[in-house]
Amino acid sequence: MSRRIWWLAVASLLLWAMTPTGWAAAPSKLEIFSWWTAGGEAEGLAGLFSVYKKLYPNVEIINATVAGGAGAQAKAVLATRLAGGDPPDSFQVHAGLEVEKYNPARFLEPLDDLFKSEGWERVLPKDLLTLLRYQGRFWSVPVNIHRANVLWYNRKVFQDNNLTPPKTFDEFFKVADALKAKGIVPFVFGSKDGWEAGHVFEVVLVGTLGAEGYRGLWTGKTPWTDARVTQALNTFKRMLTYVNTDHPALTWDGAGQYLIDGKGAMQIMGDWQDGWFQSKRYTGYGWAPPPGTAGIFDALSDSFALPKGAKNRQNAVNWLKVVGSREGQEAFNPKKGSICARTDCSPGLFNQYLQSAARDWKTNALVPSVMHGAAAFESWATKFKDIVALFVTSGDVAKTQAALQSACRDAKVCK
Amino acid sequence: MVQTKPLAAARWRSGRWRLRNPDRVIAVLLVLPSLAAIAVFVYGFIGFTAFASLTRWDNLVPDFSWVGLENYFRLFNTQRFQIDLRNTVTFTSLFLLTSLALGFALAVLLDRRIRGEGIFRSLYLFPLALSFIVTGVVWRWLLNPGSAELGSTGVNLLLDRVGLGALKSGWYTDPRIGIKAVVIAAVWQMSGYMMAMYLAGLRGIPEELREAALVDGASEFQVYRHIIVPLLHPITLGALIILGHISLKIFDLVVAMTGPGPGFSSDVPALFMFDTTFRGNNFAQGAGIAIILLVMVAALIVPYLIYSLRTEVQR
Repeated sequence: MSRRIWWLAVASLLLWAMTPTGWAAAPSKLEIFSWWTAGGEAEGLAGLFSVYKKLYPNVEIINATVAGGAGAQAKAVLATRLAGGDPPDSFQVHAGLEVEKYNPARFLEPLDDLFKSEGWERVLPKDLLTLLRYQGRFWSVPVNIHRANVLWYNRKVFQDNNLTPPKTFDEFFKVADALKAKGIVPFVFGSKDGWEAGHVFEVVLVGTLGAEGYRGLWTGKTPWTDARVTQALNTFKRMLTYVNTDHPALTWDGAGQYLIDGKGAMQIMGDWQDGWFQSKRYTGYGWAPPPGTAGIFDALSDSFALPKGAKNRQNAVNWLKVVGSREGQEAFNPKKGSICARTDCSPGLFNQYLQSAARDWKTNALVPSVMHGAAAFESWATKFKDIVALFVTSGDVAKTQAALQSACRDAKVCK
Repeated sequence: MVQTKPLAAARWRSGRWRLRNPDRVIAVLLVLPSLAAIAVFVYGFIGFTAFASLTRWDNLVPDFSWVGLENYFRLFNTQRFQIDLRNTVTFTSLFLLTSLALGFALAVLLDRRIRGEGIFRSLYLFPLALSFIVTGVVWRWLLNPGSAELGSTGVNLLLDRVGLGALKSGWYTDPRIGIKAVVIAAVWQMSGYMMAMYLAGLRGIPEELREAALVDGASEFQVYRHIIVPLLHPITLGALIILGHISLKIFDLVVAMTGPGPGFSSDVPALFMFDTTFRGNNFAQGAGIAIILLVMVAALIVPYLIYSLRTEVQR
């Protein structure tokens, strides 16, 4: 056979291999936009896709993910697509006030009818429904719940030193001193991306002000000039004297390595850390509510919205139905390392930590996370993040508290 | 010395510039599309950005109500932006001085016609072939602070091994160093290029000049001080412009290497602009930062343009 025929054969083989199987009936499409590209989260998304595929086999799913921590890059891409009149069919948004960023009245379709017809108002907890409503209407369908306030600790380190997880900040510092004397990093911290400091400080605020006081910070009921905010800043400042020295070079997961190696004892991070520990095949970790936050659940939720002018609107509505369904959430959450937004998921699918989170979710007081889009507008949350990141190096309590107050004023919540 | 203005006018009157010649018509027609494109896509958009920075556009939906200079006042009152401006000044001055000095020194050394010059030349030039993103990632690893608990890495490990452990530092994670660590990476990338420019300049200086000076009894240092360095002025100026605008616009290197850094110690305006515009959706304020960046670059480049225009016309 001549060489040319060989080439022809190879080329046609390649062509054949690239051809989609559903040639004849041009498949309708569904473009889903998210920032889930890493380990567990991408598997969770694939789980949702497979549920959708089973119900609507003729729809081709386009997985438009944009990588990048906490969705910073993805949000930039999405903003330009929405403003340019080329929205994806459905996209990921943190439940809560983050939706304001997308000018719902102009860019999103309200989903109240869908919530009614699917009966979601009955299966979703009341606090979550309150969180989802913006200007009196629903704009996105929640798929999961994450808990931001978890104190992760190395069980072996605690056992070896006869310690128990601290319930108050006083206990925290006692435990920390004991660990420091043993040459173990008491409090593991990674602050490279800037938001981690805001995350820990948010948890300290919850622990100092309690659920009611903390919620008030974002609604104007608790003034930022409150003495308890000063106290929280001082506590946070003191906690930072117990952290690993290389924290500015580490992200939260890089810092988590200290726990895995037994060189660090405690870390405050959201429960995506549970999924991360599992992907590292690490089982020696324990969990507890951080000091002062027992009985309080600092929540955030991932949800999907329906932009106006979606090219495949019907497919997108079907997608949202899957997202809000029990089957969809059961396929998604065990892999992503989060609990169902619905209250009727079967607990057996989840690991021990997630089961405990699901129990707390039903009984605890809920507070919205600011660092993850639930408590405040994006512009305010961004300012909060910058101010706390500065505080980590400056340690200037008075100046920081004044800046927090003026950020609240800029957001037109405080006078 | 030629008087420039009257001459140009005379040319114009004499018809040398008139569109009589069909070649000229074609030439103008050929240039016209790109001129129009530049007018719209460069100057038009600069104008639009300047306009946007004076409005209240702080969300996805454009809001063109006029607020005057409010965005600028707010910017200059933002602590992060003040730090950014300080960082820009530090970065630009250190980066320019070090790259030029190092480039010049390398060029002078190579100009001695040493053996294996070609190899050294390529070695010094290689970093230029990388993008700033790659440089940033590599130097992030090299300057990793390590820690008391897990031990040192990168440069710190090297210092440890050769017994200079006292020189170890947190590099970009130390707020006192911050942006200066980024300067190290930037200098590593650009000084080879400066060397190439200076080497070309040095090779362009006739040997007779040096010999004459040496015969007249000038020392080697005096030759450099009074003859070679002045002759290299145009190259230095060109290099300053190239490095200067790179340094003011720097974004990718910082993103890859450090991000904003602890307490924004390695933050730069371009990074803040990206955050403000695309994370906070505050388009007006982002436009304000962009305009300030443009003004800074213009302050550097316009004097050069005027200077080179003058010298060219004089020739």
